[in-house]
Amino acid sequence: MRTILAHRLFPLLPVVAIVIVLPACFPSAYYYRVAALVFIFGLAALGLNLLMGFAGQVSLGHAAFLGVGGYAVAIGPARLGGSPCVYVIAGALLSGLIAWVAGRPILRLKGHYLAVVTLGFGLLLAIALNNETGLTGGPDGISVPRLVVLGLTLRTAADWYWISAAFFLLGALVALNLIDSPTGRALRAIHDSEVAARVLGVDVAAKKLLVFVMSAAYASVAGSLFALLNGHITPDLAGFLRSIELVAMVVLGGMGSVIGSLVGAAFLVILPQTLAVLHDYEHMVLGLVLMLAMIFLRAGIVPTLSRFVTVRPA
Amino acid sequence: MAEFLQFAFSGLTAGAVYALAALGFTLIFNSCGVINFAQGEFVMLGGMITVFLSLAGLPLPLAACLAIVAVVLVGFGIHVFAIDRARDATTVALIVITIGASIFLRGAAQVLFDKRFHTLPSWFGDNPIVVGGAAILPQSLAVLGVAVVIVVLLWALIDRTLLGKAIVATASNQLAASLAGINTRLMVGLSFAISAAIGSAAGIVITPIMFTSYDIGTLLALKGFAAAMLGGIGHPVGAVVGGIVLGLSEAFSAGYFSSQYKDAVALVLLLAVLFACPHGLLGRPSPERV
Amino acid sequence: MLNWTKLVSLAAICFIGISAPRDVWADVKIGAVLSITGPASFLGDPEKKTLDIYIDDINAKGGVNGEKLQLVAYDDGGDANAARTFATRALDEDKIAAMVGGTTTGTTLAMMPLFEEVEIPFISLAGAVQIIEPVRKWVFKTPHTDRMACEKIFADAKKRGLTTVALIWGTGAFGKSMREQCVAAASRSGITIAHEESYSPRDSDITPQLTNIRGKAGIAAVINADFGQGPAIVTRNYRQVGMQLPFYQSHGVASKQFIELAGPAANGVRLPASALLVADKLPDGDPQKPVVVAYAHTYQDKTRQPVSTFGGHAYDGLMILVEAAKRAGTFQKSKLREEIERTKNFIGTGGVVNMSPADHLGLDLTAFRMLEIKNGDWSLIE
Repeated sequence: MRTILAHRLFPLLPVVAIVIVLPACFPSAYYYRVAALVFIFGLAALGLNLLMGFAGQVSLGHAAFLGVGGYAVAIGPARLGGSPCVYVIAGALLSGLIAWVAGRPILRLKGHYLAVVTLGFGLLLAIALNNETGLTGGPDGISVPRLVVLGLTLRTAADWYWISAAFFLLGALVALNLIDSPTGRALRAIHDSEVAARVLGVDVAAKKLLVFVMSAAYASVAGSLFALLNGHITPDLAGFLRSIELVAMVVLGGMGSVIGSLVGAAFLVILPQTLAVLHDYEHMVLGLVLMLAMIFLRAGIVPTLSRFVTVRPA
Repeated sequence: MAEFLQFAFSGLTAGAVYALAALGFTLIFNSCGVINFAQGEFVMLGGMITVFLSLAGLPLPLAACLAIVAVVLVGFGIHVFAIDRARDATTVALIVITIGASIFLRGAAQVLFDKRFHTLPSWFGDNPIVVGGAAILPQSLAVLGVAVVIVVLLWALIDRTLLGKAIVATASNQLAASLAGINTRLMVGLSFAISAAIGSAAGIVITPIMFTSYDIGTLLALKGFAAAMLGGIGHPVGAVVGGIVLGLSEAFSAGYFSSQYKDAVALVLLLAVLFACPHGLLGRPSPERV
Repeated sequence: MLNWTKLVSLAAICFIGISAPRDVWADVKIGAVLSITGPASFLGDPEKKTLDIYIDDINAKGGVNGEKLQLVAYDDGGDANAARTFATRALDEDKIAAMVGGTTTGTTLAMMPLFEEVEIPFISLAGAVQIIEPVRKWVFKTPHTDRMACEKIFADAKKRGLTTVALIWGTGAFGKSMREQCVAAASRSGITIAHEESYSPRDSDITPQLTNIRGKAGIAAVINADFGQGPAIVTRNYRQVGMQLPFYQSHGVASKQFIELAGPAANGVRLPASALLVADKLPDGDPQKPVVVAYAHTYQDKTRQPVSTFGGHAYDGLMILVEAAKRAGTFQKSKLREEIERTKNFIGTGGVVNMSPADHLGLDLTAFRMLEIKNGDWSLIE
């Protein structure tokens, strides 16, 4: 029992259980949709969390990679033919490539530079998506062809609930394995002290670059899933506000916590739905709840709660 | 030539607006390393409160003064009720708190005021000043003037007063500053209050040019932040230089290149500057902590 | 282990929270997913206010077919994704009988497939022509299309002998869409667009673009396609750089607010708009006069804000729906849809609506009036 509890993949078990049990209490497709959005944004937040929580770098333009993945499955099959599945992978590779090219010169610097440069790249992509109407449909967006797998058209929210949950679990599995690998230990060393890590022989820039590329690929896959779920995307997906939302999900859920990414995403996806009944007061309360959550759970929801729980009985 | 001058005037107008938005980031970043995402909402509140007080019948100068006082209280309130409560949290957590504050203030403005656009009368009338065939509105000069006054006051505060030295000391090392007898919490609070004052003054002076509404804050914060980084964050003169350079590059690329991609040109310039000199045009590298 | 149970229960509480306000009374629910905040709040806010006012009014008069109406309104903030989630919620959870909403083209396009799948009538309040072309069985709309605005402006320009024009548009959804339609409609209308410029939402100064237009030889008129505060800045900059050419705005500025913001610079500007803006100035014989006067006064009395044509679109959508339900005697979806499609001679704020299976808008160019701003007020020309 102890070995199971101590196993690095243990945190995933409750998530698997929730994924299986939750649909039993879903009265309608709306719940499937909200849950699917939680897993999709959870996946994107997880990628960003690797970058923020382990490499100690903030990206303020991460939604750009959501956009790359989303528009890849929207434009690719229509222009070049082939199954959207191919373009999910192509989008992830493209995002990884962009991250690699952009990250190489930046990640040697310290401080907020990655934040500003990613912000700039994110805005540039949003401008291009907005202006290149012929390719992207402009501000009104573009429709995304339905995914057909083995002759079945995947269109219901329930289909996408299972698919996005599977992708999140896969992403979490990869992340947990990475954290437990020598690379993961090197990353934690970088996070604690870059200078010390460098002295110990860690190639700091290369490790950071690896994580940046991974986090871009995660966001891109999430963007593709989102586009396929919705069947229509607009440049909002790649916008500045979405990037900020992703950062808030990571920090709120808990930096460096895999489960925290999912909890942060759940919080920020579900809260606006709950608050919609307040109409005019919705934004006030949303801002207030965000501030209060950050003040009282300042290490993030999951780390604070688990500390609170593990310290007390001991 | 008339064209060139007109583009330059346009760039100065937009640049002065960005510079005022950028200046607000300087002091808070200096005192606690936080990028205050609610800075744009300070600008919005300054304009909106002035508009509604003057609609209620108050004379404009009085309305403007009351608006600045109100926004200073809001800024100080954000520090007392939110930032100070979480003072041992990480910088990113503090930034998320300012994001929450910005959503809250925007939401409050839409309930308290309305969702329409508003304007204020120009200070020196609406007749453009024509120089060499190009026209500039007197209000643009007023915005530039206010930016210069704020820079001088900030410089005097930081370089010439003990209070300013205390704020700088707080920024570079909170622990050491408090050991030296500085009330670091008060310093951070003051920096929020002063930034709120700068933001609200900016909001009042730019409203006759670009109007105001409950949601102008987001874009101003974005442009202001870009300008602050371009000039070197934490540096008052850098904020103004960054703002003007950003405004001029947008105006010249709209005039000579493509109006559709003018924002993109300005962004590429920003990225190029940051690749070439990572600390911005006027910023200085900070010593690395081990 | 306790932390997991905690997290699970937290998640459960959140999910229960979504569905908290369950209503017990079986009113007929009308859905409205609108952009009440965000970049399109200029349109969405008056739409929401209008629906609130008139649903209360209808209920006070005894409802429709003896049933009371209940408005289920959600704010999508202009985000297409949020719009789609709220539309799913309105359909699955609230079981709406029909929807009047979709403030922007982007949110409407994102929601449309759902209504086609679930087969519930959807009356959109967005401008673009692709909402009703090709015709979709369950989707209707009330505002004039961008293409009609372009054609109306071109017709007026041509009558004045101004056949070479410059176009300046905002890069937001509204301006962009109208620009595409104007470019497409220009050659058919015998107009040449000799030069184009654009600007971003919330730009504070647009003089470089106007200077470039001023520098081009042979341009006889300038057209500005955008909504919100941008056109007011363009108009002021237009006078600032001393331009004297005839200047057209679009139906996107059809609100008194434009005149307030642009000030004296607005004088001489022409624009196509519905009769609503000039309600009190219409000749007495005009069939639209009673409708637009009543709406304009009701809106201004209840909200203390000047009337805009955008709220008028919501009024038209709601009334087309209510009249169809009265004729059908029920809110049963397929009967309701058929009756909406059979709307004939409906006099709304936007014009006289005659729908058909091939036309889910039912307005023609006569619905637009050409207005000119004189002495800070609208005046009818023609």
